Amino acid sequence: MNKVLLIIQREYITRVRKKSFIVMIFVVPLLILGMSGLIALVAKNTSELSSQQVVNIIDNSNAFAGKFHNVKNIKFQPAHQSLTDAKAGLQDNEDLSVLLIPANYTKVPVQIFSKKKPSIKLTQEVENQMNTIATTKSMVEHHIDTTFLNTIKKNKISISAMEVTATGTKDANVGPTMLVGIACAIFIYLSLFIYGAQVMRGVIEEKTSRIIEVIISSVKPFQLMLGKIIGVGLVGLTQFTAWIVLSVIATKIAGQAFSSPQSPMLGALAVLQTIPFGYILGCFLFYFITGYLLYSALFAAVGSAVDSETETQQFMFPITLPLLFTYILSVSVLFQAPDSPLAVWLSIIPFTAPVAMMVRIPFGGVATWQLALSMSLMVIGFLFTTYVAARIYRVGVLMYGKKASFKELAKWFFYKE
Amino acid sequence: MLSIRNIVKQYAGHRALSDVSLEVEKGQIYGLLGPNGAGKTSLIRIINQITAPDSGEVYFNGQKLNQNHIERIGYLPEERGLYKKMEIGEQMIYLARLKGLSRADATQRLKFWFEKLEMETWWKKKIEELSKGMQQKAQFVATVLHEPDLIILDEPFSGFDPVNAEIIKDEILELNRKGATILFSTHRMESVEELCDAIALIHKSHKILDGKVKAIRHSYRNDTYLVEYAGEKLNFDGTQPFDVISELADSDNTHTIRLKLNGNNTSNDVLQYLIPKARINMLQEVIPSMNEIFIEKVNLIA
Repeated sequence: MNKVLLIIQREYITRVRKKSFIVMIFVVPLLILGMSGLIALVAKNTSELSSQQVVNIIDNSNAFAGKFHNVKNIKFQPAHQSLTDAKAGLQDNEDLSVLLIPANYTKVPVQIFSKKKPSIKLTQEVENQMNTIATTKSMVEHHIDTTFLNTIKKNKISISAMEVTATGTKDANVGPTMLVGIACAIFIYLSLFIYGAQVMRGVIEEKTSRIIEVIISSVKPFQLMLGKIIGVGLVGLTQFTAWIVLSVIATKIAGQAFSSPQSPMLGALAVLQTIPFGYILGCFLFYFITGYLLYSALFAAVGSAVDSETETQQFMFPITLPLLFTYILSVSVLFQAPDSPLAVWLSIIPFTAPVAMMVRIPFGGVATWQLALSMSLMVIGFLFTTYVAARIYRVGVLMYGKKASFKELAKWFFYKE
Repeated sequence: MLSIRNIVKQYAGHRALSDVSLEVEKGQIYGLLGPNGAGKTSLIRIINQITAPDSGEVYFNGQKLNQNHIERIGYLPEERGLYKKMEIGEQMIYLARLKGLSRADATQRLKFWFEKLEMETWWKKKIEELSKGMQQKAQFVATVLHEPDLIILDEPFSGFDPVNAEIIKDEILELNRKGATILFSTHRMESVEELCDAIALIHKSHKILDGKVKAIRHSYRNDTYLVEYAGEKLNFDGTQPFDVISELADSDNTHTIRLKLNGNNTSNDVLQYLIPKARINMLQEVIPSMNEIFIEKVNLIA
């Protein structure tokens, strides 16, 4: 056991020390930081006024004068000059605009003048206020009690989608949930592939550099395979942990730096916060670990059977087919129907479960028995593939120059020690 | 020290070892000889517990071979190899620790060996930065770093230039003097007579000969002698105590004859017969070299 630890240590340390690993750790959170910065910036530009705007009002109808109220960054003030004078003043100040209200404002359009095209925010605010004022005025003219009306109008109704499930009613949050589901599927698919391939490359490296014979004169092939798989797996977990920690910090920083209280970013964030991240993360770790163990054992067996990476193609295809198949289904169909029979079955079969289950989990409502069955099958699955792979591996690592076929692999499986 | 009993190893297409037994005594340098593909590497892999025999047993110091013996054995495979991207010092320590050494011990011994073989400056180098000969040297150090009782070397001299081959040979002899038993395989016979105390000859999966080198060679004595004399060329009439195998005249009026004793005659009888007739420069018994024995034996089987 001590020797397996030594192997794990070597596999882990040589990989973690690599420059590419260290770079990757920082690149991903930086990307997140950059992205959220960009989004916030764009959002701000379109909806916020950057500086104090002054609107001079020339009110020919006399219906609005003094009834405008100032809001943040917009100041309304009555103008006591002619339109031409007011227009002349505009050339000197970009933040100044002139609002011309004609006497017959219900028939003739109201005009706003400024040096540059006014922002949507400004015109919207003006429109809103004018409509309110005009409506109130009309009501008063028709002897409707506006104070009474105002109390009635206090109602503010917004709709939130609720999902009724066996366990109770909860927020559906359909959009963000779908995104999280797809992101989970992509993420687990990629990580299974990347780290599985790393195991395979490690095995091929040991075989082609011929160090394998020295090592397995010291340890059993199974110990070497196990050490390598666990070592690389720990590298993966380290990377995830670093990413999660740094991303949380990055989004915190981004949140502080880019969003003001009314920012729409925060609205999206608030929705995201209702998704049970702890639960998803727990499941993700479980399915990553078991899925990784399941697939990396197969990848190790493939690595042991070939002399170079180019020969791996014929074996890689059948191994990766279930993963690829589920992945494509996940991002195209499954996320729209996470509780369909297809999704349920795929999330129970060990070879497809990691991806399929990770799509379903963010939606919630995965029955406990399904989760339990899927998880136990995953454990059985990886024990099985590890057993099969180890039997192929122990023969394969010592075979050179022999073009391996599936028939050959089957023969190796039945070899005695 | 090492007792190999009735080993049989069958591969899918062919038989690698059939009923091979041999005894290696403590402190010996034991040569495992045979042409390529005879089964030497298969046998070595069985001793290293890389593969298991189909039948037969291996005993190490009287105990049936098991995982605990791994730390007592050092193995240099025929196909050399180390992790290309790993620093050499770290790699040696890793390999030694896999053989059960502590990090501190491994570091200390490695320093000693690096100094001894003038490799101090290599410590931080990666394997891929070293020449092939340097890599071999490093691998040799990795093989013996944990001070094994039994050192198994598969074709140890292949890949070394003559200078480094000599250095490695001296190191092997020194390790042997310090008490290590050495088992090495080779198909180069010259190194055998120089180094080995005992040998086994393996051919087409069978052991066809084994024993102490001297004993084997003596058992292959066949009363053949080489005589060199000066003077007129002698003519033999059939009464001489030997049969002439070949004659050779040299330019400086000397002649060399290769002869085989007949009847119960000895080398003394040859001298007595020749001394009155010519001036004898040399009389030497011709003992077949291992190479000749090897070829003779192999041809006999084939």
